[in-house]
Amino acid sequence: MVSPTTPGPLDASQRLSGETPSIPDVVIRLAGNSQDGIQAIGGFLARLAGRSDQEVMTYMTIPSTISGGPSIFQVRMGSGEILSSGDRADVLVAFYQHSYESHRTSLRPGGVLLYDSDHVKPDPDDKTVTAVGVPMTSATVEAVGGSVKEKGKNIYVLGLIARMFDLDIPKLTQLIKERFGGKNEDIVRNALLAFDAGYAYPAENLRYRLEKAAPPAAGSPPQVTTDGNTALAYGLIAAGVRHGAAYPITPWSSIMETLRVELPKYGGIFVQCEDEIAAISTALGFSYGGNLAITGSSGPGLSLKMEALGWATMAEMPLIVVNIQRGGPSTGMPTNIEQSDLLQAIYGSHGDCPRVVLAPQTVEDCFYTAIEACRIARQFSTPVIILSDQALATRIEAFPEPALAKLMIEGKPDLSPREATFKPYPLDQLQRHAPPGSVMGSGKYPTVTGLEHDELGHPTASPALHMKMTAKRRDKIKAVADNYAAPEVFGDESGDALLIGWGCTYGPIREALGRLRGAGVKAGHLQIRHVHPLDHGLEQIFARYKKIIVVEINDQGLYGYGQLATLLRARYANPAISSITKTDGLTYKVSEIFERVAQQLELADTTFGMRKQSILAIPARS
Amino acid sequence: MSTVVATPPAPGAPLTKKALTADHPTWCPGCGDFAVLASFYKVLEKLNYPQEKIVTFAGIGCSSRFPYFVNTHGGHYIHGRSLPFAAGISLGRDDLHVFVFGGDGDGFSIGGNHLVHTARKNPRLTYVIMDNSVYGLTKKQTSPTSPIGFKSKTDPWGAFDQPINPMRTLLNSGATFVARSHATQVNHMVDMMLRAANHDGFSVVEILSECVEFFEGAFDGANPRKGGAWQTIDLKKNDGTPEDAARHDPTDEIAAFKLASESWPGKFGVFYENKTRPTKNALEQKLIANTREKTKNASDLELLSKTFARMR
Repeated sequence: MVSPTTPGPLDASQRLSGETPSIPDVVIRLAGNSQDGIQAIGGFLARLAGRSDQEVMTYMTIPSTISGGPSIFQVRMGSGEILSSGDRADVLVAFYQHSYESHRTSLRPGGVLLYDSDHVKPDPDDKTVTAVGVPMTSATVEAVGGSVKEKGKNIYVLGLIARMFDLDIPKLTQLIKERFGGKNEDIVRNALLAFDAGYAYPAENLRYRLEKAAPPAAGSPPQVTTDGNTALAYGLIAAGVRHGAAYPITPWSSIMETLRVELPKYGGIFVQCEDEIAAISTALGFSYGGNLAITGSSGPGLSLKMEALGWATMAEMPLIVVNIQRGGPSTGMPTNIEQSDLLQAIYGSHGDCPRVVLAPQTVEDCFYTAIEACRIARQFSTPVIILSDQALATRIEAFPEPALAKLMIEGKPDLSPREATFKPYPLDQLQRHAPPGSVMGSGKYPTVTGLEHDELGHPTASPALHMKMTAKRRDKIKAVADNYAAPEVFGDESGDALLIGWGCTYGPIREALGRLRGAGVKAGHLQIRHVHPLDHGLEQIFARYKKIIVVEINDQGLYGYGQLATLLRARYANPAISSITKTDGLTYKVSEIFERVAQQLELADTTFGMRKQSILAIPARS
Repeated sequence: MSTVVATPPAPGAPLTKKALTADHPTWCPGCGDFAVLASFYKVLEKLNYPQEKIVTFAGIGCSSRFPYFVNTHGGHYIHGRSLPFAAGISLGRDDLHVFVFGGDGDGFSIGGNHLVHTARKNPRLTYVIMDNSVYGLTKKQTSPTSPIGFKSKTDPWGAFDQPINPMRTLLNSGATFVARSHATQVNHMVDMMLRAANHDGFSVVEILSECVEFFEGAFDGANPRKGGAWQTIDLKKNDGTPEDAARHDPTDEIAAFKLASESWPGKFGVFYENKTRPTKNALEQKLIANTREKTKNASDLELLSKTFARMR
C-alpha cells in the first residue's frame, strides 16, 4: 500500500550523481486507440509484475464502438500491497493528440509525459511535468522494416518503459516469445526488433528502479495474472460446472467465449442461444438433467431472465447466474462501471422470490466466489446470482495460484434410486432435485413445476399450502447464511466510522481507510461478499461504530441512499447508516472516497496523505 | 395430503398404461387433448423405454398440463420457453428420451422464435403441438392459428390478422421431422408420434385438438364423422410401381411446401423428414471427442493446472 505520508520530489543531486532512484510503485497510463494494442502492453507489464512477485492492478476502458475509438489501459505495479489502479498516473504514454488532450490531467505534477512526437504536440508552456517526445511510429517502422507499417508500436513502447523502469528483460522477452510464439517466426522476430529499438532509445535517460518485493515465503504458490472474467470462468470449471448457455452481451461475453472453448476439453457443452430467455432455459434444462449449469449476462440480459429465475425458485432448481454489471438502465453505458443491479439481483423477479446473491471483491475472489456459488446452489437446490462488474471483469491482477488439487469438485449427476418416501418438495427438510434417470422407489415420478404445489409436486391453490411453501422457500435461503464464515473487519474494531462496500470498490476503500487511519480517524472496513442473505453478526459489528458509511457506484435513489445502503437500512433500521454514491461510470478514486468520508466525519483536512506529486518528479527544467 | 405409495414395477417389466397414468386430467369433458394423452400412453407402451429415462415436459396452456398426467420424470415450465429447456435436457443427457407438449400459443406465438432456433440446432427431442386455434386457459382470446373471422374476446367482431400456417412455419424452421395429425384419429396420432420419437433429431407433430368450450367444431372440416374430409399423405414406397410416382417423398422439401400450401383442411401425415442432418447432440459429442483427443484425454485437474501455469 502507498505510505500515507507524501513522498517529496526526488532530490536533484541524487539524479545528477547518476544514481537510479528507487520507487515503491508506479502508475502508468497508456492512452491511444483500441487497435493500438495498448491492452497488450498493459498485459505484458501485469504479467511481468506477477512473475516478479510484485503486486499489480490494472484498469482498462474499452470503447463500445465496433473498431477503433479512444482506449486506455492503466497499470500500477509495485512492491507493496496494491489495492487500486491508482488515482493519477506517474507516467502518461500518449499515442495521439486526443490521447494527450484527454488524459493530460490524469498525470500527477512531476510525472513523465511520454508522447509520440510523430502525432502529438504537447503544450510547450506546460512545465509541471517532464515531457519526453519519442518518434514512436516512425522508429517502429524503421526498426521492424518491411510492409508491416506501424504494427508493433505497442511493443516498442514496452521497450521504452522497460528501460525507464529497469524491468527484467529476460522475463519480458520470454513473455513476448510466449505470446507470439504460436504465430509465425516473423512475428516474434518483429516484436523483438520493436522491443529492442524501444529499449535502446535513450528517452532523456530517465531511469528508475522499482523496489524489490520481499521474496515469497518458501513453498508459497507462484503468482498468476489474469482478469476477473477469466478467473470466474475457471472458478466455475474448478467447481465442476460442465454445462452452460448464454447470449452475447458486453461485458459478460468473454466468460461465454472462454467456456465455449474450454468446456469441451472437460467433456462439457456450452450453448450459444437465440436470446437471454432461451439461454437461462437451456441452462435450467442442463440443471434439471442433473448437471449444475451456468448462464450469465449483463444488466438488461438479467432483466430478461427474471421470469425463468422465478421458476427456478419455485421449482427449487440449482443454477448459477452471472451478472457482469455495467452502466444502466437500458443499453446505458455498456462499457462503463456501475453497481446498479444489486436490487434487481435480489428482488428482480415477480412474486416472493428469495435467492442467493454473492459479490466477488477482487479478481482472485471471482475464482473463489464461483466455487462458493456452486456449493450453495447444489446444497440448497437454488439459483445463485454472482454479481460482478465491468471493473472486476476486465482488470488484471496478480494473485497466488489456487490449490487446484484441493479445490476441484466433481459435478456428476446423482442418479441414485430414490427411496419410496422421496418427496420433491418436502416442507420440513432440504431436498435435492432428483434428475431423470433416477428410479423412483415409490413408482411415482416427479413433475418439477412453477405452479404452487404440495410436497409431491401436485399443483395446488390451497392458501395454507402457499403460505407454508413460501415460508419454506424463504427459510431455506435464510439458512444459507448459517454456513458463512464470520465477516471480517479490517482496521479498527470500533470507532468513528465503518466503511462498507461490495464488489470492485474493495481496493479503493481499503486504501482510503489507510489514509483515514493515518489522519487519526478510528475506522474499519468491511466488504460485503454475501449480499443476500447477509452475513450473521453485522448488527453487532455496526453497533461498535458511530457511523456506517456505505460506498457504492450507483445512484442515491429517490430517498437518498445507494442500493446496498437502502438494503442495510431496511434490514437493520440503524440511522447511523449513511451512503456515498456516484454514477460517473468509473471506479472510485481513493481520494474521492477519502474526501467524501472526511466530509461526513467533518475532518478539517480532507486531503491528508494524498500523493499530490509524482514520485518520479525531478526539478522542472528551465 | 395423500401419500399413497404405489408398488414400483419390476425392473424390465413392459410399460403399461397403468404404470404411466398419473394425475387425472384437468381438461374440460370432450377436450381433444384426452385423445392425445391416450395416444401418448400407447406410444410409450410400444417404445417401452425404461420409465426413468422418459421426460415429459411442457410450457403453459391447457395442453401444457400434460406432464402432470404422465407418470414419468417431467416438468411444467414457463410460457413459450419449453423448447430451449428441453434442448438443455437432451444435450446434457443424451441417454434420455425427451417429449415436449404445448399449444399453438406456446409454439407459434410467445415461443415462435424458440421453435425456429431449436429447429436450427436440431437437438434429439420430440415436440407435440396440440393446436386448438384459441387461447383456452385464459378463456377465449385470438390465437396465432385462429382463422380470419373467428370471434373471440379480443376480436369480438372477428379476427382479421392472418393466421399462421403451422406446416409452412415448421417446414421453414428447418425442423428435420414435420408431421400433422388430428385428435379424432387415434391410430394416426400413435403412428405419427411413434415415427417422431424414432426420428434422430428435432421432430414436430402438430395435432389439431378441438377446444369444445371456446372453439367448438374448429376442425370438423377434417373429421368424416362431422361431414369433413380426412385425407392422409401416401408416402413413397420406392417400389418402382406407376402409382408410386404420385406418392409423397418426405425428403422433398419443395413437395412438402406444396402440401402445406393446400387449402384447408389439407392433408395429414408426414410432410417432411431429413435423416441426413446431424443432431446437435452428435455434433457436440464430436467436438468433445476431437477436443479430448487433442488434449490426450488429460484429467480435469491436469487441464486446469496447465491453464493456470500459463497465467504465471
